[in-house]
Amino acid sequence: MVDIFDILGPIMVGPSSSHTAGAARIGAMARTLLGSRPVQAKIGLHGSFAETGPGHGTDRALVAGLLGMKPDDLRIPQSFEVAAEEGLQFRFHEVRLREAHPNTALLELTGEDGKTLRMQASSVGGGRIRVDKLDDVDVGFTGDYNTLIIHSLDVSGELANVTREISRAKINIANMSLYRSRRGGAVLMVIETDQVVPPVVQQLIDELPGVAQVTCYEKGED
Amino acid sequence: MLDSIQEILDRCRAEDVPFWRVVRASDMEQRQVTAEASREKMRQTWLAMLESEESYQARRRSLSGLAGGDGGKMRDFAAQGHSLSGDYLSEVIAAALCVGEGNACMRKIVAAPTAGACGVLPAVLIPLYRKGKASEEKILQALYVAAGIGAVISCRACIAGAAGGCQAEIGSASAMAAGALVALRGGSDQQIASACAMALKNLMGLVCDPVAGLVEVPCIKRNVIGAVNAVSCADMALAGIESRVPADQVIDCMGDVGSRIPVELRETALGGLAATPFGREVQQRMRASAAREEA
Repeated sequence: MVDIFDILGPIMVGPSSSHTAGAARIGAMARTLLGSRPVQAKIGLHGSFAETGPGHGTDRALVAGLLGMKPDDLRIPQSFEVAAEEGLQFRFHEVRLREAHPNTALLELTGEDGKTLRMQASSVGGGRIRVDKLDDVDVGFTGDYNTLIIHSLDVSGELANVTREISRAKINIANMSLYRSRRGGAVLMVIETDQVVPPVVQQLIDELPGVAQVTCYEKGED
Repeated sequence: MLDSIQEILDRCRAEDVPFWRVVRASDMEQRQVTAEASREKMRQTWLAMLESEESYQARRRSLSGLAGGDGGKMRDFAAQGHSLSGDYLSEVIAAALCVGEGNACMRKIVAAPTAGACGVLPAVLIPLYRKGKASEEKILQALYVAAGIGAVISCRACIAGAAGGCQAEIGSASAMAAGALVALRGGSDQQIASACAMALKNLMGLVCDPVAGLVEVPCIKRNVIGAVNAVSCADMALAGIESRVPADQVIDCMGDVGSRIPVELRETALGGLAATPFGREVQQRMRASAAREEA
């Protein structure tokens, strides 16, 4: 949903809302979903991101996002230097992805706690983004809402258990999707909510039998 | 949701409120915020626009080396007082260049409606504000008008160069700025609609053909035509001149024209100025330097 501050905004470091602001948001989303400070990043650029990315600072913006910078952070142009100071190693390569949006990045991250994440995301216009794949599972969420990402086992009743905790906390679900690689395999729940899901509720969900991991993305005010 | 200029005009009449109040009410409704919170966010947006012009430095260059310095030249020329276009318009031209160049140099700007068109709206407003011809309150009201026009355009047509060519970016920014200026000068709601329609009509068909795909050439100077066009359309509307074609029909038409613009002329850097010998040379230079960085 576009609001008037998507028209007069975002307030951002130039030169391009899709190639710079969107790229920074993709980086920041990946950092959040990794759940820890990234120390290694392998970043694939696809389509227009690969073609005109360097001239738009797409590479610097992606790294800036990985460092936790917002799209209006004036340090974006110097993000490579900041990465060196903060111990983030990165490298870029060109990728050709099938059926991907022209402005797409594929990030492979390792966090300081050893966790890894593989995220494919696209910058779909005006600085807005969409996460297309998480660890090779097709997803499709935008970060326009507060978002819970839950890894669980494929057992019946699991979804009901999770939504019960959410409704008990009086949190309204805006959108919800369920993805699984195969029957009985790992399940990925993506739940977008109107309100922020507080840590205590995240903890309750995390403690449910069958839930392997809970990650929460809080909708930003950037 | 704002999806029609006519609907905004109807609400202005039915509720006896000015254009900007209808837009603010829609923001309060959509984001579930108070009038104060909405105003404060608009104020932050305005302050960021001001800063995008004030923080300009003529020595900065873009990553490609193509953009930078022109805003300084125009500022100096305007200050000498010998410009053909007169004080206000020469300052508008300078401000549009400064903000557009700042964007190309990775400085902070407000996308309005896009980053590529970020110079248009601040360019027409800042010179008036600085000379004391517009209070902050009046500016914020004008910005609501601009945002409302932009929201309708984005809903009925498009605001991205990749979708509708430059007419969708600079054209939309110009329509937003024209409406904002009419509001600022106390014009009627109908005059706001007329100024918006005329500005969009005047830039209809403008293609998006950025050299090497970068938001630099010709984008920065097109911010100037967007701003100057806005001023002339606002003056026409304030003089009582009406757009013969209603604003909503002009917007729909812009969207239709946009979808008929060949893909080579919609931000792909395959046609227009991007495909000139100069354009190709820059593209090759950028590719070579990217390859060197890889290696």
